[in-house]
Amino acid sequence: MVRLILRRLALLVPTLLGLSVLLFAWVRALPGGPATALLGERATPEAVERINALYGFDRPIVEQYVRYLGQLVTGNFGVSTRTGRPVLEEFASRFPATVELTVLALLLAVAVAIPLGYLAARHQGRTLDHLTVVASLLGVTVPVFFLAFLLKYAFAVELGWFPSSGRQDPAMIATHPTGLYVLDGLLTREWDASWDALVHLVLPALALGSIPLAVIARITRASVIDVQSADYVRTARAKGLLPRHVRDRVVLRNALLPVSTTIGLQVGLLLSGAVLTETVFAFPGIGSFLAEAVFNLDYAVLQGFILIIAVVYALVNLLVDVSYGLIDPRIAR
Amino acid sequence: MKSQWKAAAGLLAVGMVLAACAESDRDSADGATAGAAAGEGRDTFIFAASSDPASLDPAFASDGESFRVARQIFEGLVGVEPGTADPAPLLAESWEVSDDGLDYTFTLKEGVQFHDGTPFDADAVCFNFDRWNNFTGILQAESLSYYWGKVNGGFATSDVPELNGTGKYESCAAPDAATAVIHLKSPLPELVAALSLPALSMQSPTALTEYEADAVSGEADAPVLPEYATAHPTGTGPFVFESWSPGEEVVLTANEDYWGEQGQVRRIVFPIISDATARRQALQAGDIDGYDLVGPADVAALEEEGYQIVNRDPFNVLYLGMNQADPDLADIRVRQAIAHAIDKEALVAQTLPEGTEVATNFVPPSVAGWNDEVTTYEYDPDRAQELLAEAGKSDLTIDFNYPTNVSRPYMPTPEQTFTAIAADLEAVGITVNPVPQPWSPDYLDTIQGGTEHGLHLLGWTGDYNDTYNFIGVFFGGPSNEWGFDNPELFQQIGDARYQADVDEQTAAYEAANAAIMDFLPGIPLAHPVPSLAFKPDVQGYPASPVQDEVYNVVTLGD
Amino acid sequence: MSAAEVHEVLPAGPGPGSRPSGDVAGQSLWRVAWRRLRRNPGAIAGAAIVAVFVLVAVLAPLLAPYDAGALPGRAEVRPTLIPGPSDAYPLGLDRYGADLLSQLIWGARASLLIGVLSTVLGLLGGMLLGVLAGGVGGWVDSVIMRLVDLMLSVPSLLLAVSIAAVAGQTPTSVVVAIGVVQVPIFARLLRGSMLAQRGQDYVLAASSLGLSRRTVTMTHVLPNSVSPVIVQGTLMLATAVIEAAALSFLGLGGGSPTTAEWGRMLTAAQAELEIAPRLALWPGACIAVTALGFTLFGEALREALDPRQRRR
Repeated sequence: MVRLILRRLALLVPTLLGLSVLLFAWVRALPGGPATALLGERATPEAVERINALYGFDRPIVEQYVRYLGQLVTGNFGVSTRTGRPVLEEFASRFPATVELTVLALLLAVAVAIPLGYLAARHQGRTLDHLTVVASLLGVTVPVFFLAFLLKYAFAVELGWFPSSGRQDPAMIATHPTGLYVLDGLLTREWDASWDALVHLVLPALALGSIPLAVIARITRASVIDVQSADYVRTARAKGLLPRHVRDRVVLRNALLPVSTTIGLQVGLLLSGAVLTETVFAFPGIGSFLAEAVFNLDYAVLQGFILIIAVVYALVNLLVDVSYGLIDPRIAR
Repeated sequence: MKSQWKAAAGLLAVGMVLAACAESDRDSADGATAGAAAGEGRDTFIFAASSDPASLDPAFASDGESFRVARQIFEGLVGVEPGTADPAPLLAESWEVSDDGLDYTFTLKEGVQFHDGTPFDADAVCFNFDRWNNFTGILQAESLSYYWGKVNGGFATSDVPELNGTGKYESCAAPDAATAVIHLKSPLPELVAALSLPALSMQSPTALTEYEADAVSGEADAPVLPEYATAHPTGTGPFVFESWSPGEEVVLTANEDYWGEQGQVRRIVFPIISDATARRQALQAGDIDGYDLVGPADVAALEEEGYQIVNRDPFNVLYLGMNQADPDLADIRVRQAIAHAIDKEALVAQTLPEGTEVATNFVPPSVAGWNDEVTTYEYDPDRAQELLAEAGKSDLTIDFNYPTNVSRPYMPTPEQTFTAIAADLEAVGITVNPVPQPWSPDYLDTIQGGTEHGLHLLGWTGDYNDTYNFIGVFFGGPSNEWGFDNPELFQQIGDARYQADVDEQTAAYEAANAAIMDFLPGIPLAHPVPSLAFKPDVQGYPASPVQDEVYNVVTLGD
Repeated sequence: MSAAEVHEVLPAGPGPGSRPSGDVAGQSLWRVAWRRLRRNPGAIAGAAIVAVFVLVAVLAPLLAPYDAGALPGRAEVRPTLIPGPSDAYPLGLDRYGADLLSQLIWGARASLLIGVLSTVLGLLGGMLLGVLAGGVGGWVDSVIMRLVDLMLSVPSLLLAVSIAAVAGQTPTSVVVAIGVVQVPIFARLLRGSMLAQRGQDYVLAASSLGLSRRTVTMTHVLPNSVSPVIVQGTLMLATAVIEAAALSFLGLGGGSPTTAEWGRMLTAAQAELEIAPRLALWPGACIAVTALGFTLFGEALREALDPRQRRR
């Protein structure tokens, strides 16, 4: 197991190196080059020259890259041109919000999708099955920001059941030791703050969870159908084990193995979806900040966030694979 | 069969839990407000901001969102007559100007303290003036000390020759604690009005020193602000800074020792909601008490639902700029043709808020130098086509820049304004090449920083009641935005600025406005009415044409 | 929304069912597939949607009452009033005075263009890399697969956003961005599928007959590896339509406010949802239904081409 983790971490290094080369090249491909990316287009030639000298953009390209890499390794991702704060700081202050949102979205998706997929498979060809199939198709074909908007319009604006934006009631006074607001409330025993944070998460998490929900429901369904007709299940049945046991133990456990790998793959989807969902709900996470950076062409933020997200993405996938290996020792070779 | 029942039961349970969540959310929302209210109505005022403040130190800010926060924390020597753009006493109870226009003697309000306990006195006034005048290096960048640079016209010393010792400000003296005397090198008639700018408000010398307010690092376009400007703004205003979570909210609390009327609001929260639609929905969902820059389309819908719409008197102008660096636009007949091609009345009716007036000058009618006898260009497509034919430009193709995803007080719906004008131009045979750009930094950079643009939409909201604050900003000298060099016009406007006699100055400004409309560097389109929206129980919002809105006078229902 | 990850077809591993159908040109595979498709209601629904969409896109000049971007009802629009359906405008006007029906019809053309062009781009790039990796092998394979891993290490929408942000706000950069994001997916798929074919008896037989590696690859391995790529291509059309909308939502779509493009129309309509919900619902439904059509058809095609599906 430890070797698996070490090998995967070792594999991560060349990927990140490659990505840093791409991002390095990317900023240099921008119209006007890196100085313009830092200064904006209104920069005077003198200012560009000063920046070029200051940051060594006039040095040989390899030297520049090594220097850039050195900065990355020491956690220096540059400064946001829009807010004037270090990119890493911006990321760190918003990351907990996105963690909360994506975790809840994934929990919602899993909680609904697995039973739904299972039931659909058990009732293959019947109404519930057809409904599940249609819903899971719609889940991936309705644009997530459109769904987010409809949810917000119906449940926040028209019905007023949920807040329409933000992470907490602006009138709420609460302390935030971890930045995970739901957890913070529990730690500080400010129950109403926890509840308030949770309520703010419901609609964005529903919208964001729609895609993984659809995917997981579909894969659960297919997987359960596969396992049901697999030879060892037939054997178990033939041996006279109770059908109930067959269903509950063997089928479900074996069917969930491929499902659990899929769940790991959802992280990329969730991060992509967060950019759109957080924007619709004015949710102050990394997604909405990234969207703002896109609107304002804040390249330092784009560059830094993409690199950090790639690391997070890789680590989460590693985590999933490790836990998968724990569930099924056959994998951990 | 059994399993189906189980499934149904399960679904039902999920549904009930969700419904319960929804139900108790309403309770908790009410509960939270009731709890904060402490028995006697609400005391937290929640006003949505469209972005983070650029800086909490107003001396380093020139944007509306920074000033919105700064107005609550800080006060200047001079304030504004409520509901107008005219100067009124604030921290200075009165002032006298010497006959030569060089000495300004301010009599200060006594017994006022900054939030950190530092007394507000003549020494503090001089400290602030000297601080502004002695900004060096990066601090002189327009992205930081824009207003001092513009009003004063320079700094004590500067690496940039045009700013090196060119300012009007000479020195400040404090003969006694309640008297501050500002001495100028040469007259600056707009000084008193300019002192109502939040950028020139009084800040605590102790806090400025302690938190190294001038220790800005980084580059001019990405400055890294010191601790003072991010966490310790200290003024004399009715509200004290509490916290700023970038991207999320700015929180202020009541100043218990405020010298003036404290009022009902004990706490202000500015949640940051950048999307205009999201701001409206936050109001409709009950998350916020009010927001600014209400879209013209939303006004009627919100009013119908019982929300209050509060209008500011328009103190702005929206115009179509024409860049004469483009040879086609350097021909005055082409500019006149474009002016005749645009149906301003229809433009206002179709895309701008109700109550918006069509513009004829580059200043709004409430400004002294406004002239009702300038040349106007009636909507006349036939005349436009004739003029184009005369100029030999019947098949003109022209770039038209407009900003996207932005709403300004003078330009609530740029996309719609662009579309309407483009359609008018196409109707007289001009081919429009649309160039949409994000507002910041691209759009402004292209328009003000480069020569590669043709037509563009832009505007201006006045800072104080002064004609130069409009036409001087636009046509005070050669610029990339307009691309022409007309020394006579520049001279005429510059001369008017330093006329010491008010009547003579007004006449000079009227003449300048007439000259501008004959030269036609651009087309003033309208003076759009800026709107704010509030919950029904928000009373007494002090809507101000120059956005001098301090929330200690706001009252909230229960 | 990055349906790219959603719609990724996993390369068929060398399991018991992935045997090709004996026939080298794969004709019977396609014949069987066609028979299955005709009996699958999902396939028929998907094909019908796709057919209608393509017809509308191609025949837009004949079908649309007004030109793309024309503003026939400009004078009737007020800030607080956007006229609804009438005889002249069957679905009403939009915010700028354009006929909504015409804009939707012209929008189909834009979506088809973006979808097809970007998918062709992704397909060509992906096939080139995939064939090189799977065909040449060795260090070429390693290098290409590292590159593919690299591109997949960033969530797809973020990758598309970075590319579009550099390429500028034009429809072309949207096509390029969406296309490039598809490249690694196609490349990996084709390579996997070619590797699976390599171990098959008929390939070994062909090699032992003395045919060159190149000939074997081009005449035997590649033709038998394309079916998952075709399935993926169909699904990618759905992805492209959705991703184009997402890029528009993030302000990267380019064009003017009156450009007839569904994503832009949907994004613009969100400000108007209360006074004219139809402005959002129509383009939103068009995107969803079109994506649904390609997805249904692609899924049905996948099932029809997958030998493992036979027993169901």
